[in-house]
Amino acid sequence: MNHILPLFIAFPLGAAFLMLILAKLWRRIGGLFAFLISLCLVIFSISNIGKEPSIYRMGNWPPPWGIVLVSDGLSTLLLLTISVIAFLVIIFSLQYMDRYTAKPKYYALFMLLVGGMNGVVLTGDFFNLFVFLEIASIASYALVAFGCEHEELEASFKYLILSGVASTFILLGIAILYSLTGTLNMADVARTIGTKGVNSAVLFCTSLFIMGFGLKAALVPFHPWLPDAHPAAPAPISAMLSGVLIKALGVYALIRLIFNVFGLSSFISSVLMVLGGLSMVVAGLLAIGQDDLKRMLAYSSISQIGYVVVGLALGTPLGIVGGLFHLMNHATFKALLFLSSGAIEYSTDTRKLSLMGGLSQRMPVTTTSATVGFLSISGVPPLNGFWSKLIIVIALVQAGHYILASVAVLVSFLTILYFMKVQRNLFFGDLPAKLAKIKEVPSLMRIALVVLAIMCLAMGLLYPLLSSTVLNPARDVLLKGTAYVQTVFGL
Amino acid sequence: MIVYLLTTFLFVLGLYCLVAKKNIIKKIIGVITMEYAANLFLILVGYKARGIAPILTKGASKTEFVTKSVDPLPQALVLTAIVIGLGTIALMVALCIRLYERYGTFDMSEIRRLRG
Repeated sequence: MNHILPLFIAFPLGAAFLMLILAKLWRRIGGLFAFLISLCLVIFSISNIGKEPSIYRMGNWPPPWGIVLVSDGLSTLLLLTISVIAFLVIIFSLQYMDRYTAKPKYYALFMLLVGGMNGVVLTGDFFNLFVFLEIASIASYALVAFGCEHEELEASFKYLILSGVASTFILLGIAILYSLTGTLNMADVARTIGTKGVNSAVLFCTSLFIMGFGLKAALVPFHPWLPDAHPAAPAPISAMLSGVLIKALGVYALIRLIFNVFGLSSFISSVLMVLGGLSMVVAGLLAIGQDDLKRMLAYSSISQIGYVVVGLALGTPLGIVGGLFHLMNHATFKALLFLSSGAIEYSTDTRKLSLMGGLSQRMPVTTTSATVGFLSISGVPPLNGFWSKLIIVIALVQAGHYILASVAVLVSFLTILYFMKVQRNLFFGDLPAKLAKIKEVPSLMRIALVVLAIMCLAMGLLYPLLSSTVLNPARDVLLKGTAYVQTVFGL
Repeated sequence: MIVYLLTTFLFVLGLYCLVAKKNIIKKIIGVITMEYAANLFLILVGYKARGIAPILTKGASKTEFVTKSVDPLPQALVLTAIVIGLGTIALMVALCIRLYERYGTFDMSEIRRLRG
């Protein structure tokens, strides 16, 4: 029994409700409270690194009957990513959110989002997966609409409708799976499928899950909500959504089910690789033409998620490491870039690339950290983005997927292309007369940006340390596939 | 068998309503219909004709209990799913009201500021 595991969910969920009550007494408590809770979560998740897989039995009922929380290498990786990014985003929000009203509600929704994601990552039960998924999704719909202007409402409605359909598909998949196996425990489902064999009903469930979680992860045929929803949200929320939400709710849930419950077959693997390849190319091409900074970043998120999915779907040890490493890296640099876009919007009040220029004279810290982010996402050594893309390309070549490998390299050039454009439009050239009086952003926002930029560099340089402590245990979980059953029942 | 077909029909009807209708209120009705179809399917999974309540009383025969009692788990799940659905629908309707305040219409084809 690992007694820390339920705290990952209880802390943020409890904080979300307490905060609204306490905010009646003292209005500024929201930010402070959220800061402390997210700091606790960072400490918990760091203390969880390197531990053996462990489970927590709710009410002490043993696995097939009771509800369990499972922590293994993969969950640890995701928990670490979620809590570190959430902590830095909270630090950024403390000053950024001054321009909005109803701050206690913002922090309460933020905590619900974090609690829901932690729940999705830790749960070992299908129905709890659905419940936590909905907690995180509903919080994110409300946060996207937080500004309550025309665009925000429209984007949120679109997101809500599409994501609601995805949730229904997932629920239907769970219902069919329950009628097939008579259990909801993931490990027990995996065991039952293992003895009965994969039939067409299981494949149908898999396709429902690929559709549902693929929509949450914004893989290309299911992506249209993301370029609207992510730019419409306040910048810290865009960083959370693009940085971790699409990974925890989409990619993590999908790979957990496909690798550990259904078992990766070559057919499913090729379906996922086609989806990932399409995402890389289509979203990369669409990103070039965008004039809105955040919209372009949103398209680039889809493109990078394509890399992650291709790497993971490859199923070879190197591919999985590449995919997982790129997942962590993307969380870091995309959070950095969205926060930078928030900082730029905070100072200049615009997101249109064509209206900006010469910001490097006025905002040196933002310029430097955003440049690190741009270089990292474009894959320039020695920053983290280079290593993960390199690993994915090498893995593709090793597995004999030459076409996909060349596509990955080409899309990488495409990424450099559109980020060069942004770099030139934003930071170089002449400062427009309208922006002559802008100032650098306040200190806490700068701290968040600088820490993320240092993380981009450190994760590239300290790859050996990261791979032995976090990435390799996560890779082993996926490689062992349905041996997940023994992990859960053997404890 | 016919019940399952009708449930599928309900699901597809909801999906059609969601895709084909322009009015956002009708789209919401489509989403609700789909959710209800999924819930109905979940209930059908645990349903037994002339089943008994899954409560073991003193002196009742265990074999009869095992063969006749309905599966209580899907009912608990459906209750949860309905509550989650309620939360989603409340948010949808609230957004709808705000959208009407901003745009003055419920027609999705006129609510189009976001492009590309």
